Amino acid sequence: MVKRPLVVAAIGISIALSLSLPASAAGLVKYQIKNNAIAASLTGKAGDPVNGKKLAINRKKGNCLACHSMPIPEQAFHGNVGPDLKGIAASYSEGEFRLRLVDPKVLNSETIMPAFYKAAGFNRVMKKFAGKTIISAQDVEDIVAYLMTLK
Amino acid sequence: MRNLYIAALGVAAMTVTSIGTVFAAEDYGKYQVEDRRSGYTYAAKETQAIQDDNFENPAMLWVDDGSVLWEQAEGEVGKACASCHEDAADSMKMTGAEYPKHNPKLGKMQNLEQRINQCRTENMKAKPFKYESAEMLGMTTFVRHQSNGQAMSVKVDGEVAPFFKKGEAFYNQRRGQLDMSCKNCHGDNSGNMARANMLSEGQSNGFPTYRLKWQKPGSIHRRFRGCNKNIRAKPFGYGSEEYVNLELYVAWRGRGLPVETPAVRN
Ligand code: HEC
Ligand code: HEC
Repeated sequence: MVKRPLVVAAIGISIALSLSLPASAAGLVKYQIKNNAIAASLTGKAGDPVNGKKLAINRKKGNCLACHSMPIPEQAFHGNVGPDLKGIAASYSEGEFRLRLVDPKVLNSETIMPAFYKAAGFNRVMKKFAGKTIISAQDVEDIVAYLMTLK
Repeated sequence: MRNLYIAALGVAAMTVTSIGTVFAAEDYGKYQVEDRRSGYTYAAKETQAIQDDNFENPAMLWVDDGSVLWEQAEGEVGKACASCHEDAADSMKMTGAEYPKHNPKLGKMQNLEQRINQCRTENMKAKPFKYESAEMLGMTTFVRHQSNGQAMSVKVDGEVAPFFKKGEAFYNQRRGQLDMSCKNCHGDNSGNMARANMLSEGQSNGFPTYRLKWQKPGSIHRRFRGCNKNIRAKPFGYGSEEYVNLELYVAWRGRGLPVETPAVRN
């Protein structure tokens, strides 16, 4: 059982869930949530915005376009389940973006937006994906770097 | 044509009433009851046109197959469905609108597929059809087609209530790695785009539905499994109690909508 006291405290209700989990969260990078943000890079490395854009498009990775419109005109279909992300860098800091990707439910427990860097506390995950995050820590960093370019 | 005209009026109304209420811009006719709309109204015009024309609707082939099976004696008793139920147009007129139903002998809900197999094994002493087999899709498509135009009207009170509650809980429960519930997409986001897909209300009134993607009709349980897999959740089995209860709840969500089997969707 990996201890992530800060995160657990922030989510509250997931305490009960995480008790019964296998040690599947092992291997996840630890992070600290402060002021609704995760200030530090998950990997200690800078993100690559060019790859971040690719990940945002990729249906098996970020697939952000499923729900958001983004300034990527070369892609035909953009969703409108979530807000348009054009110019979004004006509203958020890097750390705020990072928390929104890692686990937006910390900010809004009702949101439909998936937690992209969370591996436990889910219900009936397909075997293939059980104990895994949707994207890697570096993927998160790359997408954050891309979001920061959306000025 | 009429819809276009009304849509144009709606836009005009919106520009005139700069503040306050915006009038509903579209008239969905029989495909809307109160705030509930059939998936038909979310489908592309070309897809609607395929459904509307019995000669173009490819699922009518399955209806034809079902009509043959209806008359065909099978099993040790040497009877066909028609031996007991005679003209399906009369005897099955409400069936498609009223299933799943509570079966007192089983002490649980039973959907149309299961009822058909009960008739086969008990009354005909014939082998049950496999879920999603050509025979079962033919028979269920044929039977529900007899109920076309009837208002979806599953019973949900009395002995059905506990099963209804379970279906409702399933509907609202998040699952899978994407951690979404049916309600997240079909309750809260109908009318919104998920990339190239317009999210509908996830109504069941057109099932078995011919999906262009499948190139054949599929049961509502096949659709549930697809939606579960899309959010990376472990699907339940065909005919599982969980899905039959969910089927009941989904049918209730569409109460009043006309049965429109076989529907055509993307
Ligand atoms: C299934 C839908 C869905 C997916 C997929 C999704 N989001 Fe979101 N996102 C939302 C919704 C809905 C909101 C609105 C806020 C909320 O619900 O908490 C949101 C909010 C946001 C915000 C804040 C926007 C604002 O105006 O406040 C950012 C930034 C964001 N998402 C980025 C992303 C990125 C980047 C990805 C892909 C890695 C992504 N989202 C994937 C649904 C989604
Ligand atoms: C990630 C979003 C998402 C989730 C979650 C989801 N669905 Fe769907 N569903 C879709 C899409 C996209 C379609 C195809 C377009 C449409 O009709 O909405 C669809 C179609 C359907 C249809 C066919 C509607 C028709 O008119 O043919 C039904 C029924 C349905 N879903 C039920 C469910 C149920 C029940 C659940 C939960 C077990 C569920 N869905 C979960 C996205 C979702």
